[in-house]
Amino acid sequence: MKRVYPDKEYCIGCHICELACLTAHSKSKDLILAYTVERTSDGLSPCKHVHERGPTCVALSCRHCDEPACVAACISGALQKDPESGRTTYDREKCVGCWSCLMACPFGAIARHPLENKIVKCDLCFDRPGGPACVAACPNLALKQEER
Amino acid sequence: MPVAKRKAQEAAMTYVIIGNGVASIGAIEGIRRQDQKAKIVVIGAEDSAAYGRPLISYLLAGKLSVDRLALRSEDYYVRNKAELRLGTTVTGIDTAKKAVTTDKGETIAYDRLLIATGGIPFIPPIPGVQGADIYSFTTLAHAQTLIELSSKIKRAVVIGGGLIGLKAAESLHDRGVGVTIVELAPRILSAGFDEKAGALAANRLKKVGIEVNCGVTAKEIQRNKNGRVKGVLLTDGRFLDCDVVVVAIGVVPHSAIAKEAGITVERGIMVDDKLMTSAKDVYAAGDVAQAMDQLSGERRVVPIWPNAYNQGFASGRNMAGAKQPYQGGLPMNSISFYGLPTISVGLVNPPENDPDFEVHAVLDQEKEIYRKLVFRDEKLVGYVLVGDIDKAGMYTAFIKFEMKLAGEAKDKLINAGPEVFLWPEKLFDETWNPAPAKAAR
Repeated sequence: MKRVYPDKEYCIGCHICELACLTAHSKSKDLILAYTVERTSDGLSPCKHVHERGPTCVALSCRHCDEPACVAACISGALQKDPESGRTTYDREKCVGCWSCLMACPFGAIARHPLENKIVKCDLCFDRPGGPACVAACPNLALKQEER
Repeated sequence: MPVAKRKAQEAAMTYVIIGNGVASIGAIEGIRRQDQKAKIVVIGAEDSAAYGRPLISYLLAGKLSVDRLALRSEDYYVRNKAELRLGTTVTGIDTAKKAVTTDKGETIAYDRLLIATGGIPFIPPIPGVQGADIYSFTTLAHAQTLIELSSKIKRAVVIGGGLIGLKAAESLHDRGVGVTIVELAPRILSAGFDEKAGALAANRLKKVGIEVNCGVTAKEIQRNKNGRVKGVLLTDGRFLDCDVVVVAIGVVPHSAIAKEAGITVERGIMVDDKLMTSAKDVYAAGDVAQAMDQLSGERRVVPIWPNAYNQGFASGRNMAGAKQPYQGGLPMNSISFYGLPTISVGLVNPPENDPDFEVHAVLDQEKEIYRKLVFRDEKLVGYVLVGDIDKAGMYTAFIKFEMKLAGEAKDKLINAGPEVFLWPEKLFDETWNPAPAKAAR
């Protein structure tokens, strides 16, 4: 499957991927509304996070592992592996907010939703024409979606 | 091997799975990674398809309806070509003839068998424990019984202050039942948590009105002349009035059927690194199995959810011929008490004054935030988080990948928390940005 791979040699830490992710997962699909309104009213937050140490940066999100620790740990069946697409899928309705996935994922790629007992996790923008918004927005090709 | 014989073998493969919990789901998914054609038969003693067992406390608390418990979608078994036989108990395993018999009088032949029968509640020999009004809390049926009961009873005593006991207590309290917990150990959650984390959780429970008594246990369950429970006499001489007693001391491997079949059982069913038991082509996974534990390097029974899925998955894959060893389990628990989240992973209570271990603990009583890190040989081997749990997974990484943390890196982890730049370069590249041919999955 095609995954998103971050390259810290090219990442400039601009956070544009986070904003693109935020917009792609917003109701309005508008950056300004997503950032100024939905972020506070709905707790909208990005699945992608830029990690920084000094001049080094890298943008990380769910790896969609072949054998995901989050799926093994999920007590409700909200997290599953889709055998066809290879994605690690999240069913928000089924999630009970037990945080088992957050504990089990050694990549720290799962976050608590700021307002609800739900998680925030990359869905690879599966329903977005053109693929992941973060990859499309990255100005320095530090994020690539590829088959490896 | 002659072609004809090999073909016959390939065509005839039947996997039989005894048990229909999460290990069983893991096994189906492990088998299907490897083998799309084989026949899978799942035999479950309970009446429903696999459900999120820990969700029974949400059900009892009234937070979830019963139709929300299923672990997989309705068409899951059909999609995976798995034949599901529910309400059926396996009565015998014949490892020579490679067949199991059931209480419905059937004989089912297998090429590979998985025993994933889970655990059964341990009932200690307390005087008065046999008879009416004594309940366990490990199955959907138990939860449904307690729901029905909750409107008719006023007081319950929960024996056992572990995860199951505390969740039973919390859920019964939410149903309006007065609950008292008794725990033999000096603190609740003694297995996975330390004193300070246990105290924070206990305070939350006490605040809402659940009584928590540690360092005592039931000496006798007293009954009236009709045989109904009157109350519990404690080891310190106190008497607690109650209508029902929930026994939640823990679970023990449900291994009787393996023992009878002559399969090696110590605390649980002994399995090798492919999850195979002492009998050829018979595997075991989940709460019934005694499988490799990553941190101790020994085979242990660690009845936790992620281990059960992972063992099921590994056994499934290996039954289907993958030859990929099981990585070993890691104890981990995530649980919230009235909104206070807690996470405990790995070895969190090292032997006292053991110079091999180094412990760093910070408690903020006011904010109900606690963090404990346990190191051994310059590696993180365990942690506890209460209140602020957001970085849990990043801590887990250091334990799971056994990263060396000497000098500055360790100081950073202790003082600033975990971050991905503390990872060795090679591990970082292999996992996050691998060269195309080396992509770690």
